[in-house]
Amino acid sequence: MLIVEAIILSVIAASTPLLLAAAGELVVERSGVLNLGVEGMMIMGAACGFAGAYLSGSTFVGALCGIAAGVALAFVFAVLTLGLAVNQVAAGLALTILGTGLSGLIGAGFVGQKIVPAPHLYIPWLSDIPVAGKILFAQDGFVYFSVLLVVGIWWFLYRTRGGLILRAVGDSHTSAHALGYPVLKIRLLAVLFGGGCAGLAGAFLPLAYTPFFIPGMTAGRGWIALALVVFSSWLPGRLVAGAYLFGAVTILQLHAQALGLGIPSQLMTALPYLATVIVLVIISRARGSAGSVAPASLGTVFVPDR
Amino acid sequence: MKKLLMTAAAAALALAATAMNASAADKLKVGFIYLGPVGDLGWTYMHEVARQALVKELGDKIETTYLENVNEGPDSERSIVQLARTGHQLIFTTSFGYMDPTVKVAKQFPKVKFEHATGYKRAENLGTYSGRFYEGRYIQGVIAAKMSKTGTLGYIGSFPIPEVISGINATMLGAQSVNPNIKVKIIWVNTWFDPGKEADAAKALADQGADVLMQHTDSPAAMQVAQQRGIYAFGQDSDMIKFGPKSQLTAIVNNWGPYYIKQTKAVLAGTWKSEDTWDGLKEKMVVMAPYTNMPDDVKALAQKTEAGIIDGSIVPFKCPVLGQDGKPIECKGGTHLDAGQILGMNFYVKGVDEKFPSK
Repeated sequence: MLIVEAIILSVIAASTPLLLAAAGELVVERSGVLNLGVEGMMIMGAACGFAGAYLSGSTFVGALCGIAAGVALAFVFAVLTLGLAVNQVAAGLALTILGTGLSGLIGAGFVGQKIVPAPHLYIPWLSDIPVAGKILFAQDGFVYFSVLLVVGIWWFLYRTRGGLILRAVGDSHTSAHALGYPVLKIRLLAVLFGGGCAGLAGAFLPLAYTPFFIPGMTAGRGWIALALVVFSSWLPGRLVAGAYLFGAVTILQLHAQALGLGIPSQLMTALPYLATVIVLVIISRARGSAGSVAPASLGTVFVPDR
Repeated sequence: MKKLLMTAAAAALALAATAMNASAADKLKVGFIYLGPVGDLGWTYMHEVARQALVKELGDKIETTYLENVNEGPDSERSIVQLARTGHQLIFTTSFGYMDPTVKVAKQFPKVKFEHATGYKRAENLGTYSGRFYEGRYIQGVIAAKMSKTGTLGYIGSFPIPEVISGINATMLGAQSVNPNIKVKIIWVNTWFDPGKEADAAKALADQGADVLMQHTDSPAAMQVAQQRGIYAFGQDSDMIKFGPKSQLTAIVNNWGPYYIKQTKAVLAGTWKSEDTWDGLKEKMVVMAPYTNMPDDVKALAQKTEAGIIDGSIVPFKCPVLGQDGKPIECKGGTHLDAGQILGMNFYVKGVDEKFPSK
């Protein structure tokens, strides 16, 4: 295997969970809800995804269990913030604590167990093209799905009436409400969708990335996904760029260290964060005022008039 | 934000612990503070295994409590105080970062006995203990040099602190005793625990030609990568053979159980004294997992090295130890480096080509 090919494969694997989780959160935030519980939903997805795959012997069932766990936790968040109009920041943080604890409990019996990692899907003769074949046409299902997901989200947000309504709800829930749109119902669907994506992102870790479960194995990826949404200025295209840039710099700095370039490792470890923030800010600046800004109603509670 | 969460989690755990242990006043209460989750399969897991051994041995005389996921630094003080206040008379704080908080709490509770792992600050009622893990690293170096075809070892480091540095140096000295030209590639991941990143680092090392991996991080991710790539690796903290049945050569296993039992018995008998314990292979605080996946001659050499370290005929940091520049390091222990030089190691030995971190 060529080293370039090996590096690109590692980059794709490192970027995929970030992209999946961030894509879901982008839709949630576009609807005007700030869910800081991504890390909690991810780790729940990891625990339940592994449990499902271990018990059924199928990666696909595991992925579905991961999604279900994320949706279930997101539903708790929705009940609190949409139903009871609780502060979204507090509820989101609570969700992360809950998810961390609960996943440890659920996963306790599965620590140290092994599963067969997600199969790579080979496409006849396309996979055999040198270098590009392995990179583009021999990934596992999660990777293909993450790309389709982002394209789908872009299409939904900018090419469909539903997406227009969702963005309207996120920008001004009172106006959307006055026009007769069911604000809370739309937000509920967005929150559940985001939960499913986070759960799937979490499930990717024990099912494909490192095929075992250990409590706390998300190791802060949920927080990185949250930051990516902000730095992408809520645009799906930039989100892809941000996630892949972050993954690429993470992997490249490891290779640079192994080459022994003599740059302090602490700086190298900080590099993915620095590079991603700087590049995304520059893109936003270059686009000038045409760039998207935060949904105007983001994080504010909506209680419909009676 | 993450720190805030950890604090909240620690506080919640502390509350739960008090609720659970409201009864049984006549038994000796022994408390444990853990850095990670008990299921990490690494550092914390081995302390938990030792706690269970303690319960098995002295279960009718003692009662134990543990708090897991306790953040290092000032945050941990609350958790230690919590244990001291709820009648625990012996408290083990099991990570380096609990050092200052333990010292502080020990002052506030002079009647409670404290045991701090891997630290160096002691008091009347505060003892320290650690393992001579570098002895195991030396054996791993010998095995690695024998098994490597490319002559390049891959080392995943957590943080460039003396304990990790001394591990790298001991590995290299062991490896050089077999192959003087052995090379090592080092990647610092700047975390103790992030399975994904540890796996990425392992892949990067393998991609760059390392064919024996060793790690000073806590998850079995690197072992799994070695298994997938068909190369060799060493387990860390616990026996990781499950994750690399065809890859694990051996593992350094932390064996705290006998020490916990000994110290608890001392408290029960009223003979406990504050001491500095630093035990290795000889005292079985550091144990090697079975030597697997290697030819018989390598296995014999590994066993011979282990026996040599135990009977004192092989000393990993025997003088002269040459620094990176090839000049001998000052020999404070007479014939070998002294404890202070090993515990505070701040140089690479000759043969490590990387630049020394933060110098």
